[in-house]
Parts: sequence; structure tokens; C-alpha cells
Amino acid sequence: MRNNSSRCVPAPAPKRTAIRTATVAVAALACLTAAACSSSSSSTSSSSSSSSSNPLVPSATGSVVVGSANFPENELIAQIYVDALQGKGIKVTSKFNIGAREVYYPEIEKGAITIIPEYNGALLTTSVDPSTTAASTAAVNSELNAKLPATLEILNSAPAQDKDSITVTQATATKDHLTSISDLAPVAKDFVIGGPSEFLTRADGVPGLKKIYGLTFKSFQPLDESGPITITSLQGGKVQVADVFTTTPQIITDHFVSLADPKNLFAAQNVTPLVYKKGVNSTIVSTLNAVSAVLTTDALLQMDKALIIDHASYTEVASGFLSQEGLK
Amino acid sequence: MSYFQIAWQWLTSAQQWHGSDGIPVRLVQHLQYTGIALGIALLIALPAGLAMGHLRRGGFVVVSVANFGRALPTLGLLVLIFVLTSGSPASWLVPLVALAIPPILVNTYEGVLGVDPDLTDAARGMGMTEWQVLRKVEIPVATPLLLLGLRISAIQVVATATIAAYIGLGGLGRYIIDGLARDEYNVVAGGAAVIVLLALAIQALFTLLRWIIVPVGLRRQAQTSQ
Repeated sequence: MRNNSSRCVPAPAPKRTAIRTATVAVAALACLTAAACSSSSSSTSSSSSSSSSNPLVPSATGSVVVGSANFPENELIAQIYVDALQGKGIKVTSKFNIGAREVYYPEIEKGAITIIPEYNGALLTTSVDPSTTAASTAAVNSELNAKLPATLEILNSAPAQDKDSITVTQATATKDHLTSISDLAPVAKDFVIGGPSEFLTRADGVPGLKKIYGLTFKSFQPLDESGPITITSLQGGKVQVADVFTTTPQIITDHFVSLADPKNLFAAQNVTPLVYKKGVNSTIVSTLNAVSAVLTTDALLQMDKALIIDHASYTEVASGFLSQEGLK
Repeated sequence: MSYFQIAWQWLTSAQQWHGSDGIPVRLVQHLQYTGIALGIALLIALPAGLAMGHLRRGGFVVVSVANFGRALPTLGLLVLIFVLTSGSPASWLVPLVALAIPPILVNTYEGVLGVDPDLTDAARGMGMTEWQVLRKVEIPVATPLLLLGLRISAIQVVATATIAAYIGLGGLGRYIIDGLARDEYNVVAGGAAVIVLLALAIQALFTLLRWIIVPVGLRRQAQTSQ
């Protein structure tokens, strides 16, 4: 189980390799030394306005507070929500970059925030039911629907998922005809698998790969959490397979392939709006569901890349996505 | 249970003392990283410090190197080198050498510079060459400071060699990084305890070395100055 809020996505510049790799490391350094990886991203927090005298008190008249966790991708999705809702004439206040789930969850529970983009699996395991074994999107959502506090509900999940994935280079994928984790069966014994230290012991790590897919790898190499050490090791062939988050922009820039996970080794982490029930009306619900319907992992990956690697602004990326999908 | 109890329990359980993840293997790896980094730092810093001290010039360089070394973020440098070299397994060497150089350089330079000019003048008056002045007068008199620099470097490097584990290598840092990642705090506590003991052992070793190496006439002075 990983905590989305602790992610640090390095931000390389696009063209020259030496400069780019140096930037990865510098970004990594920044992430290592500062707890707030996305502190530079608070530029959009006052972009919206509200007529309500106290923005923290939601009303049923269509004025809502959209919050976000403190990492770039989550803030981007929140910005998409804000943009889409404003397009429907709803008054929105942004309260981005709040913190980790432990910080914002009590806020939405009492209605100080109306809407926040969540990841269904992580929401279930960190705030609702840590002992759950639900893995598929449907199973996770049905548990959430049953167990969320009475004040909260989830809306439709997007197909987009930000979660661990078993990832290989494009070259390896082509050579050994890999598209799914199951395809690793004939080659796993020759492959070194890398991931964060706990990947060796946690249920959805090396033990899960053996139990669920029957895969035993040559050896395990401890790396970092889908950060520069992992990316460099996979690129350089130090490991042939690595645990990489599905929305890591280097999947695009370094031509990695995230293998499909048909047996749900990794629990679903669909982007799902978590809302304070009394704060939302049918227009809001249908608007957010329309966004979820078109938000795919690939779209999210492309937007993360635009944001983190090409340094586009949140508002630019969010409104570009909505226009492209015909929601604006 | 207290920190000491869980560390002690982990340290004394038999399974920690054999196998590829056992304490002996990790300790040897850790000492290799430390030894190689110190050796290289010594090859660079000792001649440079002696030369600059003897010639009485280069103080600006020494101060700059020292400040640079202190300001350098070790972990950041490690990741930078790792990424720039496409994951070279020797990436750990650069930050550790960079960490080890300043104390050796500064103390060597200051040690030689601080030798009483009356002594060196007398040595020259006796017909010694510059090389002989350095070897027979300046180095022996500077020995306490040379050892001090080496000791500071050794202790810093032995404590910092834990970072090798960050790029997937071995050493005692594995216990800290793996333990933290897996919520096995007894492993973290035990691993940290081994590193502390190692640092204390190095301190003891240098105390011993001082008794053996430092000339008798300098011992009292060395003791008061340290």
C-alpha cells in the first residue's frame, strides 16, 4: 500500500540527455530534502472565487469547495473538476495542496471541503478499512459504498489509475513479447526485479507475484519508490523489471511499458471523486461523472508529463483536457 | 519496549549472524566502502595538505574546499552521480570521498602550517633540504592534527556509508533503509546500533594509534590540544 501523498516525481527538462538526467537528480534531491514535494504548485490555489462569505461552509445552493492532496497529479485532477464545474455555472472555491489523506480526510468528513479527487484503493485502505482484501475496481467501490461514513459518498470511478505496475523497457517488451504480467512466465527466472525495499516482503510485491502469477525472479534489487534510482536502473539494464507507478512521466519519455495486471495483484487505484453528500446537487454529480467517464490512465499520464516534464501550468493542462474531450 | 531492548534483541538473535543479509557480511561491505573512500581521500588530501602547509600558501583553497565539502548534500550528490553514470555501482564513492577530503585536508594544512618557524629555521640551518624539513620536522610535529583529521573523516564516512544502500548496494545501511520501508523498527534500531558501535570502535582505534604514532615529546601537547 503506498501513500499517494508521499510521491516525488522528478522533473527533467525535455531535450538533452545529460541535462535531463541531471535535472532528474536535482529534482530528486529537492524531493528528498523537503517534505512538501509539490510546494511549488500552489500557484493555482486562489484562481477561483466564491460569493459565499465563508468559503469553508458549503451550501446546497451550488457553491462548493474543491480540495486536493499535496502532489501535482492530484492537484491537476482537482483543477479539472474546478474547471468543469465552473463551466456549468457552479460557484467553486479551490483549496488545493492541503496535505496527505490524514490531513484532508477529516476536513471532507465534516464538510469543510465538498469534493476531492481520491484513489479508491488507497482511500479504502488508509481511511476506511485497513484490513480489506478487495482488489478489483468493483470490489473496492462496493466496500467503499458500504463502509464510508454517512456524510460521504464516492461518485463514478474514472478508468484512470495511479498505482504500482510491473514495468519493463520497450526493448524488453518487444523482444520477449510482453504485454501482461502473465507473459513473464518463461523469462522471469532470468530477470532481476527491482522496487522499493518493502516490495520484497509486502503481499502485493514479490510474494504476490509468486502466489498470484506463479513467477519467481532471478533476484530482487532494492531501489526507490518509482523515483530516479528505479528509472535509471531500469534504463541501464541493472534490473529488467521494476515496480513503477502507472502515471510516472518517464514511462513516456523513456519508453517503458507497464504490463497489464489481469489478476489484480495490485488493488485498484481508480481516480474517484469523494464528495460531502449534502454539498452536491445533481448537476455537480453529473458533471463530475462526465469527467470520470473520459479520464483514462493514458490521458492522466500525458497530462502528468505535460505538467512535470514540460512545465505546463495546471490551468492550461486542465482546460486543454476538457476542451479535447468536448466537456468545455 | 525501549529502543535499546529491541535493538539488543535483534542484535543477539542468531539469524542475524549468518547468510548474505547477516551482520558479518554487511559489516565487511560497510568497511570496504569506508576503507576505499578513506584511502582515496587520503591519497588526494594528504599530499595536497602537506604541500600547501609546507609552502605556506593555498589557505584560500583549503578553506574553500572545506566549506564546499561541508555544504555538499551527500544524498543528493549520490543520486546525481547515479543518474549521470546511468546507474554505475561505484556511485557511492564520489560523495563519500567528497565527505572525507575536507577534514584531512584542513587538519594536514593547519598542522604543517602551525609548526613553529623556529624549528624549521633551525632545521634548515642544520643543512636539511626542504624535503627533509617536511619529513623529519613538519610531519612528526603535525602528527596529532593529521590523526585528528583522519579520525574525523573516518567517523563521518563510516556513519555516512549507509547511503550506499540507497542505490541498492549493501553495507549496514541496508538494515536502516529496508527496516524503515518494511516497518521493521527492530531492524532499524539494531542496524543503527551496529553503526554506532563501529564508530566508537574507530574512535578507540585512533586513540590507540595516537599512543603508538605520536612522538613522545608531543603527547602531552597533543592531549591538551584535543
